[in-house]
Amino acid sequence: MEQRSDTFLDNASEALKNVEQAKRRDIIATFAPLMRSAAIEGFDEFDTLRQHVKRVREHALDHLEYYLGQFEQQAVQNGNHVHFARNSDEFNSVVLDICQQHDARRVAKGKSMVTEETGLNSFLQRAGLEVMETDLGEYIIQRAGETPSHIVAPALHKSAGEIRALFQSTHDLGARDLPETVDLVAEAREVLREHFLKAEVGIIGANALVAENGYSMLVTNEGNGDLCANLPRVLIVCTTIDRVLPLAQDATAMLRLLVRSATGQAQTCYTSFYSGPRRDSDVDGPIETHFVLLDNKRSDILDSDYREMLECIRCGACLNHCPIYSSVGGHAYGWVYPGPMGSILTPLLTSLEQSHALPNACTSCGRCAEVCPADIPLPDLLRDLRHEENSRKLSAGRWRLGIKLHGWLARHPKLYQLSTAIAIHTLHLFGRKRGSYSSLPMASGWTSQRDFPAPQGKTFMQQYKARLKRLAEQRNEH
Amino acid sequence: MNERDREHSSPQRRKQVALFVTCLADLFRPSVAFASIKLLERAGCEVSVPLQQTCCGQPAYNSGNYEEAVPLAQQVITMLADADYVVAPSGSCAGMICHHYPRLLEGEWRERALELAAKTFELTVFLNDIAHIKPPGKKPSAAIPSVAYHDGCAGLRELDIREQPRQLLRDLCGIEVSELQQREVCCGFGGTFCAKMPEISGKMVDDKLNDIMATGADVLAGGDLGCLLNIAGRARRQGKKIEVRHIAELLQQDRDTPAIGEGK
Ligand code: SF4
Repeated sequence: MEQRSDTFLDNASEALKNVEQAKRRDIIATFAPLMRSAAIEGFDEFDTLRQHVKRVREHALDHLEYYLGQFEQQAVQNGNHVHFARNSDEFNSVVLDICQQHDARRVAKGKSMVTEETGLNSFLQRAGLEVMETDLGEYIIQRAGETPSHIVAPALHKSAGEIRALFQSTHDLGARDLPETVDLVAEAREVLREHFLKAEVGIIGANALVAENGYSMLVTNEGNGDLCANLPRVLIVCTTIDRVLPLAQDATAMLRLLVRSATGQAQTCYTSFYSGPRRDSDVDGPIETHFVLLDNKRSDILDSDYREMLECIRCGACLNHCPIYSSVGGHAYGWVYPGPMGSILTPLLTSLEQSHALPNACTSCGRCAEVCPADIPLPDLLRDLRHEENSRKLSAGRWRLGIKLHGWLARHPKLYQLSTAIAIHTLHLFGRKRGSYSSLPMASGWTSQRDFPAPQGKTFMQQYKARLKRLAEQRNEH
Repeated sequence: MNERDREHSSPQRRKQVALFVTCLADLFRPSVAFASIKLLERAGCEVSVPLQQTCCGQPAYNSGNYEEAVPLAQQVITMLADADYVVAPSGSCAGMICHHYPRLLEGEWRERALELAAKTFELTVFLNDIAHIKPPGKKPSAAIPSVAYHDGCAGLRELDIREQPRQLLRDLCGIEVSELQQREVCCGFGGTFCAKMPEISGKMVDDKLNDIMATGADVLAGGDLGCLLNIAGRARRQGKKIEVRHIAELLQQDRDTPAIGEGK
């Protein structure tokens, strides 16, 4: 997918000006956390389960090669083809090859952030295939020519009114005007059904790969994943190498955290395991099945200090609880993954050069880490990325210099106290009447939004030292 | 009760507290530090102020300049090594010492950081949970204002400060806090964040301010000057009437000092 993370500040500024969308984001930011906490409240095992799943994930990543090998062996034994792709280009080519081998014209596609990452849709379309997204949210943004704004709810930024207008302009509706939300859903379902039946290839994602039996697991609320998997002749499961877990029970344990954290449900409507092609005794199912597993720098992350990021289960809770995400929305981040997890993944999967603004879009408020079911210390990783930004001199020179000067001064207490006393006294003189300044030459970032409260006068250290001196003199007099 | 608590709970010996003033209180609002000293003394402590103190290193640390933050952390650790207790009128500075110094440092320095962390407390936690400050004999004479409280993020999530400030306002001043709808949400300060991403920060502080104004409170109290400067500054800019103060001032019944951002 094309990236515009380098203009994050401009993207954000534009997003803030869209009052309608901003209002909707505010509402979602109020309700999503309530739904999550309601789901967690009655679920006492949450914390123990979180620790358990974390250990399992750590173990799986520690032995990634082993478990990927086991998965591959089992999956092949079940009659699947397993492909590994080092990068997006390889990944897209593998998928296209499979489609072409089957003379496919149409692809029915379930929700998959990995294929967003590789830009699979446009790649297949350029090769002449018709690709139809079948998850309702994905379908809507595909029709609108947009990208997902949230990893779980891709069309979160769209109102029912906008969706209605979209269908009115792109569907052949005749006299129907789709007054209710259910009408919109029914309309999409009608269009999609047709496509499910005609598609030769189905593409879906996976929430986990199970090494012990070679299955993949997928949760959806719409059941579209199962239709993509079972109706077309060929099924391609697209995911990444870090999704592998040792046991089926690990996958279901993870699921209990995932769904509650993502949507506040105890369970999604559909939880499916995919084992392989149709057997003689099966009445339906694909005749050929493939797994395409993308690396795209994940093995580099495995060897880096950001390894914990691979434990992310893509629940979206950190987005829902991030005040910056809810202020600017997902598109401002300029790539596939937004919010706290995206601000870490984007630099790691693309480059820090293009995206170093993202790790700065954080106040270290810590709400994301508090809710993250994978227990990833997101603010720490974001700070570590800022450290890297700093070390590689990608941050603005005046900031680096400012911090350096401040650090130097703070290491020299006498000089620090003297110079701050002078600076504060001057500031106080100019601002004491009004109590604050509406503009300050050195702090335009601050004063563009708010007044700068004036200091009270002498610094505490000045006053305190004077007081100690007075006390000493009094003592001497006696 | 840990060893140290037991050792200090003997009535003969007063708790020896080193005040970590914090750079914002030092430079912008000395009244907070003076109020903190009085409160600690009221709670029966003997307070000293180490004179070498400057800054805990948070600006450097949070900007990702660990190389500048390390010597500052070491300076603070050395300065406070002999203190029995360290108290800071800020959740974010106490959080820096308690959580981030050990993360930032390695080896022997990490050990020393952990020692310092074990005896460092945010002001309201220390007054309420450790020193058990007693309510004043007579009820406050001045009219009781209606007070909203802003929970700083580091206090909330690094130090689990939730009830202590509310308990103190209740016990010492007879004030029942008017709660915000979104207590858990950041005010948009974030140290250098507010200057690096002013527009987003402006939106966040507006949300916070709307929440505060909706409580109908006369006073906004908080435990972190960073947040309070941010909120007071935005209130001034928007012409919203709210008296913004550090909780130490309120607990010390000091409302004569002009509020944050107010003129004489
Ligand atoms: S980082 Fe944590 S909270 Fe965010 S999407 Fe991943 S698992 Fe969910």
